[in-house]
Amino acid sequence: MIMRLSSKATTLLILAAVIAIAPFFFPSSYYFRVGSLIFVNGLAVTGLVILIGYAGQISLGHAGFAGIGAYACALAPIHLGLHPALAAILGALLSAAIAFLVGRPILRLKGYYLAVASLGFGILVSMVLSNEAQLTGGPDGMAVPELGLRAVLKAVGIDLSNTEFWYAFSGLALVLGAWLALNLYHSPTGRALRALHGSEVAARTVGVDVAHYKLVAFVISAIYASVSGSLLALQNKFITPDVAGFMHSIEMVTMAVLGGAGSVLGAILGAAILTTLPQVLTVFQEYEQLMLGLVMMLVMIFMREGLLPSVAHRIRGRGE
Amino acid sequence: MPELLQFLLSGITVGAVYALVALGFTIIYNASDVVNFAQGEFVMLGGMITVFASAAGLPLPLAALIAIIATAAIGVALNKLAIEPARGAPVVSLIIITIGASIFIRGATQLVFDKQIHRFPAFSGDQPILIGGATILPQSLWVIAGALAVFFCLWLFFTRTLIGRAVLATANNRVAAQLVGINTNYVMTLSFAMSAAIGALAGVLVTPITLTSYDVGLALALKGFAAAMLGGMGNPKGALVGGLLLGVLEAMTAGYISSQYKDAAAFVVILAVLFAMPQGLFGRKPTDRV
Repeated sequence: MIMRLSSKATTLLILAAVIAIAPFFFPSSYYFRVGSLIFVNGLAVTGLVILIGYAGQISLGHAGFAGIGAYACALAPIHLGLHPALAAILGALLSAAIAFLVGRPILRLKGYYLAVASLGFGILVSMVLSNEAQLTGGPDGMAVPELGLRAVLKAVGIDLSNTEFWYAFSGLALVLGAWLALNLYHSPTGRALRALHGSEVAARTVGVDVAHYKLVAFVISAIYASVSGSLLALQNKFITPDVAGFMHSIEMVTMAVLGGAGSVLGAILGAAILTTLPQVLTVFQEYEQLMLGLVMMLVMIFMREGLLPSVAHRIRGRGE
Repeated sequence: MPELLQFLLSGITVGAVYALVALGFTIIYNASDVVNFAQGEFVMLGGMITVFASAAGLPLPLAALIAIIATAAIGVALNKLAIEPARGAPVVSLIIITIGASIFIRGATQLVFDKQIHRFPAFSGDQPILIGGATILPQSLWVIAGALAVFFCLWLFFTRTLIGRAVLATANNRVAAQLVGINTNYVMTLSFAMSAAIGALAGVLVTPITLTSYDVGLALALKGFAAAMLGGMGNPKGALVGGLLLGVLEAMTAGYISSQYKDAAAFVVILAVLFAMPQGLFGRKPTDRV
């Protein structure tokens, strides 16, 4: 079930406030780095909220789109002479076009069949990225050019360190992405998506073009994933095919469902938890996989709607 | 021609392993409508436990038996602790639970055992057998015979025993099965035990050829899942044929097109099959519940 935890404005306000206030408590620049990783993941996961939470479709291959966005930023500047920012836009367009072509046949499938088809797509993308070594550098990865915006900002008097800049920039991108997703939720398209999530037959009866709207959700979420991949590539200035790998797809879906795929804020919370978990656990590195697997199972067994909606339910339930 | 035969033989060997993993998927899917992404970890456990049990001084057959029983117990635990409490959860949640279980088992294995690559000696030596200009390892024959034996036993089990028919009845309609007095919880436990044991057996059979380490499970799970889909989810015959077909296809791609893209071939064909006939080669026609 999709539930609104708060109005659009509250969600955005909470998100923006947390992003703006958190840096005052950062003891070192390392935290800016973790923060920007959370925002980049949060952006991809916001896209999945549209696909999984709104439209009720699953994809185990969205890292493929992140890979396309990331490698667009690495390849287009070298081969086409594009500015990295334009390269990111090109990557997003390419992802949208591929999602449009692949989505049409894939989205006719349901449940596990949809899962395996999207999984196959993601694996094919990551395979091309790691095998076409003369173009992509293969499994060793390749360098990504500097975005150059930081130098521009410095020229107008805003001097940010690299990690601070990427914290602010990806934070801004996340707020923008969340704003768009929340707007979509209340738009006619959003209503159509929620209707087909509830029941495809019922949605079709009231005149919703089910195939069309599923495709819309798929394309939009692919653009989110692509932009997220581009931001990751640009801030790391280096990229490997892992960004398109199966595990990355799984992480993305887990983040979305962990926090609560029905709510943007919940999904971003999921991204925050799953991004920080490995950082916290580096002390017990051997236990990292064990803990990750355990968290995934426990949350899905005991909080089926995800962390945030389940907790909200419980608080509300107490009042009744 | 010997080249083709060689690719065919190695394809059938790999395919037999995929078929065993796919059979494991099928059994659990039939009993519970769950696709168990931890299926590949059972194969890994089968190999790893055998390695360490035999390193501890046990004779190989005993070590293999212990591995299969221990893995079956882990399968039952997975069902009791993670799948049963989540009964009725949406597909996405179940996917995440079983992938979580797979990551958990991998993490635990790396803690309990190690991160090294292991093998144990082949059952009947490493002297290749010549067939029409191509060669095959004796261990490959063990793998193929194992897959066929498991398939035959399953067929006997499902068609000739009461409990086997109870499993089929549960697969067909859970509520109706409960109404005629079938203990569906027992059926689920049994299915997980069988599925895990079959996975572990595959691990025991194939480790002398492919070696094993804590992280081999995921790739096997994806291939086995793909094979099960190719044959038609929930159909044991489909799992067997899908597995063998997938193995041969991979071997042919590796041999004639590009060894780098052998894994790609499998997924391309699966996409094509899903688009052209979404129910797989042997799947039942879908019936939409309105």
